[in-house]
Amino acid sequence: MEARKTPLYERHVAAGGRIVAFAGYLLPVQYEGVLAEHAAVRASVGLFDVSHMGEVMIEGPRAAEFVERLITNTLDGMRDGQVRYSPMCYESGGVVDDLLIYRLGPERYLLVVNASNRDKDYAFMRENNPMGASLSDISDSIAQLAVQGPRSAAVLERLTGAELLPERYYTFREDVPVAGIRCLVSRTGYTGEDGFELYCPAQRGAELWDALLAAGADEGIRPCGLGARDTLRLEAGMPLYGHELGPEITPLMAGLTHFVRFDKPDFIGRDALLAQKAAGPQRRRAGIVLTDRGIAREGARIFSGEREVGVVTSGTQSPTLRQAVALSLVEPPLHKPGAAVKVEVRGRMLEARTVRLPFYKRNTQPSE
Amino acid sequence: MNIPETLSYTKDHEWVRFDDDGRAVVGITEYAQHSLGDIVYVELPRIGTRIEAGETAATVESVKAVSDVYSPIAGTINNVNEELNDTPELINEDAYKAWIVKLSDWEPAQLLSAAEYAALLEKES
Repeated sequence: MEARKTPLYERHVAAGGRIVAFAGYLLPVQYEGVLAEHAAVRASVGLFDVSHMGEVMIEGPRAAEFVERLITNTLDGMRDGQVRYSPMCYESGGVVDDLLIYRLGPERYLLVVNASNRDKDYAFMRENNPMGASLSDISDSIAQLAVQGPRSAAVLERLTGAELLPERYYTFREDVPVAGIRCLVSRTGYTGEDGFELYCPAQRGAELWDALLAAGADEGIRPCGLGARDTLRLEAGMPLYGHELGPEITPLMAGLTHFVRFDKPDFIGRDALLAQKAAGPQRRRAGIVLTDRGIAREGARIFSGEREVGVVTSGTQSPTLRQAVALSLVEPPLHKPGAAVKVEVRGRMLEARTVRLPFYKRNTQPSE
Repeated sequence: MNIPETLSYTKDHEWVRFDDDGRAVVGITEYAQHSLGDIVYVELPRIGTRIEAGETAATVESVKAVSDVYSPIAGTINNVNEELNDTPELINEDAYKAWIVKLSDWEPAQLLSAAEYAALLEKES
């Protein structure tokens, strides 16, 4: 399948972005460099094109009932203007995808899904819709930009009224004019920093991109690529589908137990997950830092003594900590912080230890 | 792209300099460092190791990628650039100054001239 272009493609090329095919889209892996882009987001602000993400609109009198059965988290207590994160599972308890749920109204929900899973998710939703909720994949009509970093609010306040921005983490506002473009503005992100995700009509994406770069010039805003997106989320301990999550990995294994609500009566995968909870998962997510020199990459095997006890699911050199960090799946109880393990890198056994996640936590949190 | 006339090259983007002290000095080219991006780790070989042409002499890692440095010629690892342990970014700053290994007792091999290497890059781009 030929890779698709996002509405920002020409901007990426013009800005010297190094273009790669990712999840079926042509996107920049970096502009000037991953480290500089990563640092900009930690210290000030960065701008990402995340238009490859998928958006599915769910509507109708039984929309809530439908979504509730799809997700392991709950809609309970959710008001209009709130966002929630949830895994969506197969009957086996393995993860179909992880997604964000926007409550637009009691009978209207917007689900934001991973680009690589978009078609699979949509098919899965249609197969599991005895409630007859109205589903539409509106991904192609939307451009999504992420403004991330401690100065992100300052940048947006130059383009819209400060009072129009969502104040709390995991909330959003609809129809916010940003540089005169109507956006859904959400205080969410994938970097571990304060930040916003803006959804606007696809044909106005490039205009919004230009306005944000101009408004952020004084703050040193930088366009950021997929490389920095990955190192930022990894430092923040956030899972990436296909690495920390997948059909063979349940939310209980992935450290997302908090997002599995066994107290609600039914959802797809509930029985399998209850059984796994009772038996205890064979593998659990752990954060790892290397104490020897070297970098552990995805697929590196983890040992305790002579015994193989797990595998690295994502790993890199943390730009902020200047230390090799990795997310992994290991045999309990080695997932608990402080366990001494070894990671095999090119035939050498490197000393490592498990640590509490996230690897990086910002100092000031916007209120939740 | 900077391709010094005085060096020899390989199709895998290593450079070699033959010093008056009889040693061959090996690094990666400007093109290689640029392709890799920000270099964050260099794994150096043990001094004294005998290495064949085309064998992995060192490994250079950026945030996203791992890349082997193949020895352009056979020889014995006589010295390694230990500065790269703490400051691997020196390769990004000046790929031709930031040498990686020095070989002694090396054996001659077919290498590319600067002009031939430039032609190769032209073809790849």
